[in-house]
Amino acid sequence: MIEGIGIEHFLVVSTLMFFIGVCGFIIRRNLITMLMSIELILNSVNINFLVFNRYLYPDQMQGHFFSLFIVGIAAAEASVAIALIINIYRNLQNIDVENVSEMKY
Amino acid sequence: MDLGQFILMRHELLLTIAALAILVAEIFTSEKNKSGIITFALGLFALVTVVGFIPGETGNLFGGSFQSSQLTTFMKNILNLAVLIVFLQAEGWLRKPENADKISEYFILTLATLIGMNFMVSAGDFLIFYIGLETATIPIAGLAAFDKMKSKSAEAGIKLILSSALSSGILLFGLSMLYGATGTIYFADMAGLISKDAMTLLGFIFFVSGMGFKISLVPFHFWTADVYEGAPINVTSYLSVVSKGAAAFIFTIILFTVFKNIVELWQPMIYTLAVFTMTLANLFALRQNNIKRFLAFSSIAQAGFILLGIIGFGELGLTSVVYFVLVYVFTNLGAFGVVAAVHNASGVETISGYNGLYKTNPMLSLLMTLSLFSLAGIPPVAGFFGKFFLFTAAASKGYYLLVLIAVLNATISLYYYLLVIKAMFIAKNEEPVAWFRSTLAMRISLIMCVAGVFIIGFASGIFEYIRSISQLFLN
Repeated sequence: MIEGIGIEHFLVVSTLMFFIGVCGFIIRRNLITMLMSIELILNSVNINFLVFNRYLYPDQMQGHFFSLFIVGIAAAEASVAIALIINIYRNLQNIDVENVSEMKY
Repeated sequence: MDLGQFILMRHELLLTIAALAILVAEIFTSEKNKSGIITFALGLFALVTVVGFIPGETGNLFGGSFQSSQLTTFMKNILNLAVLIVFLQAEGWLRKPENADKISEYFILTLATLIGMNFMVSAGDFLIFYIGLETATIPIAGLAAFDKMKSKSAEAGIKLILSSALSSGILLFGLSMLYGATGTIYFADMAGLISKDAMTLLGFIFFVSGMGFKISLVPFHFWTADVYEGAPINVTSYLSVVSKGAAAFIFTIILFTVFKNIVELWQPMIYTLAVFTMTLANLFALRQNNIKRFLAFSSIAQAGFILLGIIGFGELGLTSVVYFVLVYVFTNLGAFGVVAAVHNASGVETISGYNGLYKTNPMLSLLMTLSLFSLAGIPPVAGFFGKFFLFTAAASKGYYLLVLIAVLNATISLYYYLLVIKAMFIAKNEEPVAWFRSTLAMRISLIMCVAGVFIIGFASGIFEYIRSISQLFLN
């Protein structure tokens, strides 16, 4: 717990990060940027878990462990996604979502 | 801790051993004997499936993080059976020369996702649930991009991984809210602490949205049709049956056990989702010409029907969902099996390509007809009973209007299933798909599907059994 900084400050930051991530995912047209937006979402979740754990339930560790696992799984997810982006690049010679539109409706 | 307790995880352990054995087999087989791995993997997995049916102990592991009950064991057996059929159908496709160097990848990735699904179904807290969910989705993205030289397949892979990552992000945000509101991640503890405060509700809504992506409910269904069309057909059948079935299982379990205190709040939500999912998916299915996209929208509509069972909260609801998924496994895999056989032999993927199929391949056409009738819910095949129990579950809670909408939707769905049947039996075609003989494994899998569709429909003991284990599970 940090003196003088309440739980609200952290929650505002994490909520902002979450929605910036969602907006970025929807607006951005580059696959790598979309992946970065997802990382932003996952990190906002991490902040949430840690802050709730530290401020509201300081006698237990569940939130800490959850965020550790999220970090690990996010890395696995990013590695698979980047491999697939490279695959897209080999097929289409760019990584713009506008071109990933062979199938629609 | 007594090591003997790990017998509770026998399904997961067996699958892990099988995946590792295939990996070792890949290392020690020479380049020209690679296709032997197919036979080895099929035999090994058939063994795992049979061993899974041996009844065993039930209980909890890791302080309640892992729960094993008769119901979860039964669910895992359904999933195993479905994967066995998918493997049998994939055999002919894997023997093609272009797949010669990635045979073991297919089996290992599929088994990895199956392990994830098994953990997910048995989860006793949200951490294990989340890890299982991710283990079940990440390798599927690799499978969807299996034909890596085809741009469609690559597109399917990237669409799947990005949308599933976004959905798990949303789901996790909901879980963090729920953790903040209740202070625990264990299902059993959280069930008692859930109340109607704003934070719980916010978390719950995020949670349902995240799960909606996984089960592909409207309005979270956009990835489904594209991924189903782009992925290789045997991966599509896996996605639409096994992965959807597992997600439906755990969604039902969590709603029935964790959120049972706020049932009157989530029922209207599920109601709306069910109406939109059934109606929109049916309307979209009407205008498809690609058979894989067509089956994709049909499977979204089936997910809408599953929601009817969920809305009938209680023992009957749980029973009807499990029973419906069991029926759905055999029905949908029957249809996908025919599509895979035709695709392997001729490369045809459009519905108009099926014109006149009855003239050349009568057995396959009859099988497809049977599967589509079962999907539409025409008696006496099992699909009818599956839908019937779902409707009964919803009606028992007084949702008569919803049942009416569902029945109307079932009628619409009959129309577009009949379009395919019309193409096969009535439509004229100068050059129909030439006669071909399916591989032995494909024929075994199709026989299993037909047997399943009839036996499950007629043997009432199966429903009674599911009902008794659901009763045990909920109490």
